[in-house]
Amino acid sequence: MMTTQSEFRTALLDPMRAAPAGLRNPDGAQATKRFDVYRNNVAASLTDALETAFPVVDKLVGKDFFRAMAGLYLRAHPPNDPLLMFYGAAMRHSYHAADATPITPDALAALAPDTLPLVTFGFAPSVFVIPSRYPIHSIWWANTHGGNIAKTAQAVLITRPEFDPAVDALTPAQATVTQSLMSGTQLGEALKHGGAGFDLGPLLDLLLSRNALISLKT
Amino acid sequence: MMFDAAPNSLPPRPGVGYKAKHFNDIMANAGPVGWLEIHAENYMGMGGRPLAQLRHLSGKFPFSVHGVGLSIGGEGRLDADHLVRLKTLCDWLNPASFSEHLAWSSHDNAFLNDLLPLPYTAKTVLRVADHIDQVQSSLGRQMLLENPSSYLEFAESDMSETNFLAEIAARTGCGLLLDVNNVFVSATNLGYSPQGYIDAYPLEHVGEIHLGGHDEDADETGAPLLIDSHGAEVVDPVWALLEYTLAKSGPKPLLIEWDTDVPAWSVLFEKAKRADAALRVLA
Repeated sequence: MMTTQSEFRTALLDPMRAAPAGLRNPDGAQATKRFDVYRNNVAASLTDALETAFPVVDKLVGKDFFRAMAGLYLRAHPPNDPLLMFYGAAMRHSYHAADATPITPDALAALAPDTLPLVTFGFAPSVFVIPSRYPIHSIWWANTHGGNIAKTAQAVLITRPEFDPAVDALTPAQATVTQSLMSGTQLGEALKHGGAGFDLGPLLDLLLSRNALISLKT
Repeated sequence: MMFDAAPNSLPPRPGVGYKAKHFNDIMANAGPVGWLEIHAENYMGMGGRPLAQLRHLSGKFPFSVHGVGLSIGGEGRLDADHLVRLKTLCDWLNPASFSEHLAWSSHDNAFLNDLLPLPYTAKTVLRVADHIDQVQSSLGRQMLLENPSSYLEFAESDMSETNFLAEIAARTGCGLLLDVNNVFVSATNLGYSPQGYIDAYPLEHVGEIHLGGHDEDADETGAPLLIDSHGAEVVDPVWALLEYTLAKSGPKPLLIEWDTDVPAWSVLFEKAKRADAALRVLA
């Protein structure tokens, strides 16, 4: 009796289904509990991977609920390649992103003032902006460090100053300007997306101090 | 197709599975540890700390790159993208050894993150040998193939695991990675003698030995069911099986494998000393 990998995989991910008929205990009986070892390994290892990727969600909804949801999720959407280190969030992409040498504030200071609006920046491959309608930075911060949750929308800036990703809050306007710069828009044009009275200084300080900028062109 | 590139060149000394949290300890005092093993899939990023640490360590230690996601026993084709990622890593690190498992883990675009079993038949010999030919020619290296932990048998299997492995090594020129904990787990679960398995195993092809821990359970009839965990102490019967094996094979590169609930460096250090002692009595 043949057992195909398609039959094996289907039964692995569906706990209501019987084990494939061609699998045996050493006494010759059809395997049931022994097949469950593989079922448990698959479910537990992928659930662990999701827990590692989403520690704050795990904390917010509670471990039992998280593991139950993860079980449903991984059965419906198993990962499609073996790179589990990327299963999930932007911080992990940042951690593994290529190294790059940052520019220093001097490089900006050396520019003639009238060329500033024409500047475009190169960003380190470890930089990500996550916009949101919710105060996501303070939700994350309150659940990792403590404190209160803000009342207004926030975006998150992820950078990697050296080896450990850094997570900073951006206002919606700062996020829009940063995303615009990341897509290669000239500084003068990008600033228009920040709205009236947008203050570039704090954003530029943050990007420079986090080693987020790696080149500039005029 | 026989593969005739340089065989693996790990030294016949103790090695440990490398974990980032042990970096400073290892750089300060590695003791008897003569080489390090990494899981390939954890080092497929583009930069950052993981690759920076390897850059430092590779100046001091030979490396073994151990893949856990290639699905060599899969019915389908090997994942070409994954093979390219393995080649990129091996070309960059230039490890002393590359190894993978006699198992499958992907099917229909789903990666299941477990080492799943396959039947041992003339047909699966051909499939696995084809895949190993492809790996060895893509990487330009000989690979080692590791025996699995088994929990059940296939009704359709008509050859032993040891004959299967010998046939694969003869056809492809690959080497073998002998996991003595897996032998102990499979022998207990399927009711045969672990020493008998070693007696039948083609020891001349062994390029590396793994030594790890397992958990204990029972099946529905009450028969013992051991589960490979890589997260526990190596038990005394497995050390004994190791000594039985080394007496027949001579000294081999010997890995202390501990991947979950990873202990402090001092614990691994003690295990490496015990492995070192087991190797030294042969000298």
